[in-house]
Amino acid sequence: MGLTVKLRKDTGKFLLDVVWEMGNEILVLFGHSGSGKSMTLQLMAGLMEPDEGYINSNGRVFYDNAKGINIRPQERRFGYAFQDRVLFPHMTVRENIFYGLLRSKRDGREEKVRHMLEVFHLEEIENKRPSEISGGQKQRVTLARALIGRPEALLLDEPFSALDNTLRIEMRQLVMRIKKEFDIPIVLVTHDILEAYTMADKVALYVGGLVAQTGTPGEIFYTPSSPDVDFYLALNFPFLANQYQK
Amino acid sequence: MDSSIIFSLRLSFQVALISTLFVAAVGIWVSYVLARKDFRGRELVDILFTLPLVLPPTVTGYYLIVLFGRNGILGSYLYDLTGWSIMFTWYAAALASFVVSLPLMIKTTRAAFESIDRNLIDASYTLGHSEFVTFLRVVLPLAKKGIIAGAILSFARALGEFGATLMVAGNIPGKTNTMPITIYSLANSGEWSQANFLVIFFTVMSALFLFAANRFSKRIL
Repeated sequence: MGLTVKLRKDTGKFLLDVVWEMGNEILVLFGHSGSGKSMTLQLMAGLMEPDEGYINSNGRVFYDNAKGINIRPQERRFGYAFQDRVLFPHMTVRENIFYGLLRSKRDGREEKVRHMLEVFHLEEIENKRPSEISGGQKQRVTLARALIGRPEALLLDEPFSALDNTLRIEMRQLVMRIKKEFDIPIVLVTHDILEAYTMADKVALYVGGLVAQTGTPGEIFYTPSSPDVDFYLALNFPFLANQYQK
Repeated sequence: MDSSIIFSLRLSFQVALISTLFVAAVGIWVSYVLARKDFRGRELVDILFTLPLVLPPTVTGYYLIVLFGRNGILGSYLYDLTGWSIMFTWYAAALASFVVSLPLMIKTTRAAFESIDRNLIDASYTLGHSEFVTFLRVVLPLAKKGIIAGAILSFARALGEFGATLMVAGNIPGKTNTMPITIYSLANSGEWSQANFLVIFFTVMSALFLFAANRFSKRIL
């Protein structure tokens, strides 16, 4: 069960070489912008092709260069919430969520949409266009749309970075509820240390296209695996350094 | 009004309408491929389709004769097969209008397609929708204004097509004399009052088309 990812991609300017695995939990990809976190999600979703590696979700292989497997993004069924909230501007909230369902699965589509509108508290704005709703509401619609098709995993690319603090706390709680209700792997990309610390079951620390360390937030932040990680954390998050350097 | 003038008005609209239907169908498809697909020779294809915009109409007409004339590369097959040639029929006028107005459609529509946020298309793919469904439900609706503007411009251009039309359809009264060709004949034979009427009619109508196209799209060429 869960998700195993090993990816290598050389764009000429940047080399990404990462490997990690996870169960039905929240894995936070944590690191600076430009460390390859978002790129990892794009490669997983199939929007970009890796040079080598594999992606295995619950025993299903989505990508494996050794076996020549590269499943199209349409069939990978990862729920993907992009960094910029990308709702379809010409559809209402309701239509956006409905669009997350495939035409081939006809039964109970109305009820599914109704259920998502309830879970994400969107009933009152269901007929509004994305341009008429707030940032927090847009993010909830994005999540509802990504989840309605019952994806294999949820990929969240800095989903709350544009929201204010109160909303961010609300959204974090929402993601925790999603984890409980949907019981799927959730990959959360962030460069916000508080977000990483409070939400993660597991953290993969990204440094310059490599995973420097994986572990629980406690392990990462209090027992860095190598002098490099230690140095990186102390350099970038000095307030943490005070806590573990007794 | 003279019945021959009524005829040429009607013929022009008929030619422009048919031409625009084909321009829209072909133009949307070609612009989508040019905007979204990365392939070798993409810019060459773009240039090939755009050439009629800048070539002298006589050169475009010449190519059409080489291709579709009774002894032309394609036209000879058609003639051998059916005994029919498109030359000097109103179909030829429609063909000339098509080739000349297609670039306007492609330029406008390609810009509209390219302005669509790539993330929206990716979002549709990750939600499990095929490229075709994404095209119908996301790309077309978001490019709607550009497509309509392109079609209006192409229609206006098709109505005004003269040079290539004259070369492939000729100036046969009651058969292939579209409005611009009739104006040419009237001016040649000094019938100024009828020419004036048509010229003013044409100017006003074209201005209205441009106004309509601008309302749909802010960026026209």
